[in-house]
Amino acid sequence: METEDDLCNNNWGSSSSKSREPGSSDGGNQTFTGFTSQQKWEDASILDYEMGVEPSVQVFDEMKASGQANVDFLQGVRAQAWDPRTMLSNLSFMEQKIHQLQDLVHLLVGRGGQLQGRLDELAAQQQQQLITTDLTSIIIQLISTAGSLLPSVKHNMSTAPGPYTGQPGSAVFPYAREANNVASQSQNNNNCGAQEFDLPKPVVVDERESHVVEEHEMKDEDDVEEGENLPPGSYEILQLEKEEILAPHTHFCTICGKGFKRDANLRMHMRGHGDEYKTAAALAKPNKESVPGSEPMLIKRYSCPFLGCKRNKEHKKFQPLKTILCVKNHYKRTHCDKSFTCSRCHTKKFSVIADLKTHEKHCGKNKWLCSCGTTFSRKDKLFGHIALFQGHTPAIPLEEMKPSASTSAQRGSSEGGNNNNQGMVGFNLGSASIANQETAQPGMTDGKISFEEPFSPMNFDTCNFGGFHEFPRLMFDDSESSFQMLIANACGFSPRNVGESVSDTSL
Amino acid sequence: MKKVKQIRVSKPFDLLSEELVFIILDLIPSDLKSFSLTCKWFYQLESKHRRSLKPLRSDYLPRILTRFHNTTDLDLTFCPRVTDYALSVVGCLCGPTLHSLDLSRSASFSAAGLLRLAVKCVNLVEIDLSNATEMRDADAAVVAEARSLERLKLGRCKMLTDMGIGCIAVGCKKLNMVSLKWCVGVGDLGVGLLAVKCKDIRTLDLSYLPITGKCLHDILKLQHLEELFLEGCFGVDDDSLKSLRHDCKSLKKLDASSCQNLTHKGLTSLLSGAACLQRLDLAHCSSVISLDFASSLKKVSALQSIGLDGCSVTPDGLKAICTLCNSLKEVSLSKCVSVTDEGLSSLVMKLKDLRKLDITCCRKLSGVSITQIANSCPLLVSLKMESCSLVSREAFWLIGQKCRLLEELDLTDNEIDDEGLKSISSCLSLSSLKLGICLNITDKGLSYIGMGCSNLRELDLYRSVGITDVGISTIAQGCIHLETINISYCQDITDKSLVSLSKCSLLQTFESRGCPNITSQGLAAIAVRCKRLAKVDLKKCPSINDSGLLALAHFSQNLKQINVSDTAVTEVGLLSLANIGCLQNIAVVISSGLSPSGVAAALLGCGGLRKAKLHASLRSLLPLSLIHHLEARGCAFLWKDNTLQAELDPKYWKQQLEEIVP
Repeated sequence: METEDDLCNNNWGSSSSKSREPGSSDGGNQTFTGFTSQQKWEDASILDYEMGVEPSVQVFDEMKASGQANVDFLQGVRAQAWDPRTMLSNLSFMEQKIHQLQDLVHLLVGRGGQLQGRLDELAAQQQQQLITTDLTSIIIQLISTAGSLLPSVKHNMSTAPGPYTGQPGSAVFPYAREANNVASQSQNNNNCGAQEFDLPKPVVVDERESHVVEEHEMKDEDDVEEGENLPPGSYEILQLEKEEILAPHTHFCTICGKGFKRDANLRMHMRGHGDEYKTAAALAKPNKESVPGSEPMLIKRYSCPFLGCKRNKEHKKFQPLKTILCVKNHYKRTHCDKSFTCSRCHTKKFSVIADLKTHEKHCGKNKWLCSCGTTFSRKDKLFGHIALFQGHTPAIPLEEMKPSASTSAQRGSSEGGNNNNQGMVGFNLGSASIANQETAQPGMTDGKISFEEPFSPMNFDTCNFGGFHEFPRLMFDDSESSFQMLIANACGFSPRNVGESVSDTSL
Repeated sequence: MKKVKQIRVSKPFDLLSEELVFIILDLIPSDLKSFSLTCKWFYQLESKHRRSLKPLRSDYLPRILTRFHNTTDLDLTFCPRVTDYALSVVGCLCGPTLHSLDLSRSASFSAAGLLRLAVKCVNLVEIDLSNATEMRDADAAVVAEARSLERLKLGRCKMLTDMGIGCIAVGCKKLNMVSLKWCVGVGDLGVGLLAVKCKDIRTLDLSYLPITGKCLHDILKLQHLEELFLEGCFGVDDDSLKSLRHDCKSLKKLDASSCQNLTHKGLTSLLSGAACLQRLDLAHCSSVISLDFASSLKKVSALQSIGLDGCSVTPDGLKAICTLCNSLKEVSLSKCVSVTDEGLSSLVMKLKDLRKLDITCCRKLSGVSITQIANSCPLLVSLKMESCSLVSREAFWLIGQKCRLLEELDLTDNEIDDEGLKSISSCLSLSSLKLGICLNITDKGLSYIGMGCSNLRELDLYRSVGITDVGISTIAQGCIHLETINISYCQDITDKSLVSLSKCSLLQTFESRGCPNITSQGLAAIAVRCKRLAKVDLKKCPSINDSGLLALAHFSQNLKQINVSDTAVTEVGLLSLANIGCLQNIAVVISSGLSPSGVAAALLGCGGLRKAKLHASLRSLLPLSLIHHLEARGCAFLWKDNTLQAELDPKYWKQQLEEIVP
């Protein structure tokens, strides 16, 4: 390869030196041999100077054709990973190409001497570019041929097309953005290729695991291709700018400038601008134009413009988005403010209006709640959530706490709209339950004791050594002890004995 | 007490420092150390020293806890009614010193009291809330406030659901012992969360929970799990265990008894990682213990104890078990009616280390098995062979000769005779001997036991009608450590036996149901000298009257349970029982002679009463408000109305029994 390059340079060098030669009187000995050898060519080309241009054009055409063939050839490689016969044909094909190139260079060299008067520097540059392009394509072929030889490589990796095959025949990148894409893609390709060569299996497993871990994150993005496992590089990555994503319209009329959300609507609109837009071809869906015989369309995937996002192509574990709609929803959900609030619970916020509508359908039906305020429609989801997050506890719903009728009226007023402090409600209810119990006591029916002081956690600080007196002694206890006194007097034993005897009696 | 007296005589109080007294007190058995009445100084010392309390009434908690302010363990099982007020007293007076609290027999507290307790007693490590059947998730959420909790018992808290358990799992991270037995509202999710959040769990009781094998995936990931109880978990089946692969090396004990849907497939995956399992209980398993079933035990070759009670066992299965697990020390085969001589012989031949064997009600076994057991298991400590009626009397001769280490022997309903007892009397460490319904034994045989087995603690002579006062007196003379004796339906026994038994001062349980010849005099003798008496059954002793109860009431201050049905007791005797502070259970099914007002007074007097068994006729005679009052105090009533059945001749009674059970 290098030798060939050198050869090429030498040739160019020699030809350029040659072009200067008539001006410079002292011809170097080293170039002298070259000069003499090229003289034959010179003679030959002098003869058909007028025709001399045509063969070169022909060669150019051939090269374009070979570019086409190049793609076919690569597809051949793609189809069958390793076949000695294909390999042989590939090699001979390359040999042929090299010869062609050699001939071309010879031709140019020969012509260079003649045209020096007429062609300026620009023309020489053009030629140089032409040859470099051809050389690169040969190099790529060589690489891909060599790639198919490596046994451990995954099939689709070995068949991954080179960076330049995406634009067959186009030597110069027409647009800066595309160049950018292609460059990053090739970089991506190289990275992954290296990884795969080193440790093909573990890398894949690792990716799977990350899928599992971040499953909850993935769920937000409804149209994510979870099962799709496209190898990096097998698709084209497009990245829209933030403004494009957030723009209300994406299709604009070239004549009046009106914006549309859908291309179909634009096409319908275009009919008003003249009869030429009313033809079947103009109204047809543009995607279906592709000629059936040509090579299959390269799959398109999208990247999020937000740097550091997993959906951004710079991310290590980049996962592309499938459609433009995915891009829009993803960008709004993940990187935009949530401006739509649920009209029922006034808590949940959404950035995509469709999500809000979905939520509003189910809002209020979620009865399983966590202390953090999150509600769940299913109990197992709540427990999964609690298992995952430290410090979150299940919140006991109000109805379950005390089913007493007396407190429910009181509770009803405070119940409205407080979603956040549900965890604390238990304390109030605790006191309510005491009150209930007190009234339910036998011998308490006269209702002398009203349990007014609410039992709240705040009281604990003030509760000192004798603080338990805030629980009034129950009527019942008194009645019991009076009973005891009665019996004690009757039977002649003192109640104090009973009182002092702890489990083991002293004798 | 003796030590205290010696100190008083020499009066070396100046030499005695507090620390020394504390050391002395630490060495005295716990129930003898109430010495506070000696002097004021000792009174003060005791209040500093005592750590554990078991009060009889919750009403006195403020006074008791003020005095014993170092209380760490508080057992409220004698207090059937513990209100929120009482709990707040405990919280305020014990505060951070309290470590353990037992509320398993108490009721009528709510979330408010528990919260007070949880917030005040920050060092609470153990709490027993079993039988709180009214406990709901909100109360459980309050328990979760006790962050340092390590041992938690919630048995029979039927209203609890996954939500409450979830709160506890999140709040009490240090839990290492959890019992959720009979919490029928708790399922996979709650238990699974418990396993996820509380990584220190060592003992987990999930008996009778509606769980499936799903939560076991999480549970068996616990690093320190040692004991797992899955008794009666019908949801644990083969399907839910199919994918279970675990590596729970710490698991020592697994109780999978009564898991009806568990076959050998599920068991194989359940045991797949438990390489260090020592104890396995498979009682009342639905599948036949065959060769296939035994193959599931491959992984647990270190097994030391296996329980197969109530299973249908094949000889092949038994052979395979003893081949796979040849270090077994305890085997329980009670009520395995299909066990044959062949199977058991092959089992005991392999297991030379066998310590405990239970072959209760294995009715097919004959003397061959017993001979084999005696010959191959010299280390046997416990042998239970109730109702092995095919075993000939000669077989027992060998047991005494070969198994000298026996400590527990259950020979109820067997053909053993005096010669057998003579050989057994050479087992010097025998502590429990059951000879119920052994019709062939007489005083002669019993006298061998009395002379040989001086360590005997428990003797059961239920319906062994050959026994008279002579036999009992030899026992009372030789076995002074006797704690439990049952002489029910030994009709020849008179007061003489009771007088001689009064020598056994450690006697706690005395059952003499259906002995027509014992009177209050004999009972008084026992009451005076056996201070620890806790359980007395005098049913159908018609000669017992009030004077016996008066003696009991005066001397037996530790009495907890008494049955005086069908005796000559009147309300006077009953009323005197109110003097006994810790009386809990009382059974007075007497059809006539009791005045309702007397019974009412007696019931009111016994403040700690939990259960009262009365004649049904009293139900209508007692005022309804009184019954409600007692029920609110924690006393449950049982109303009996069985008219006196004619006593049957013991031999005829046994024949009748055998006809019923073929």
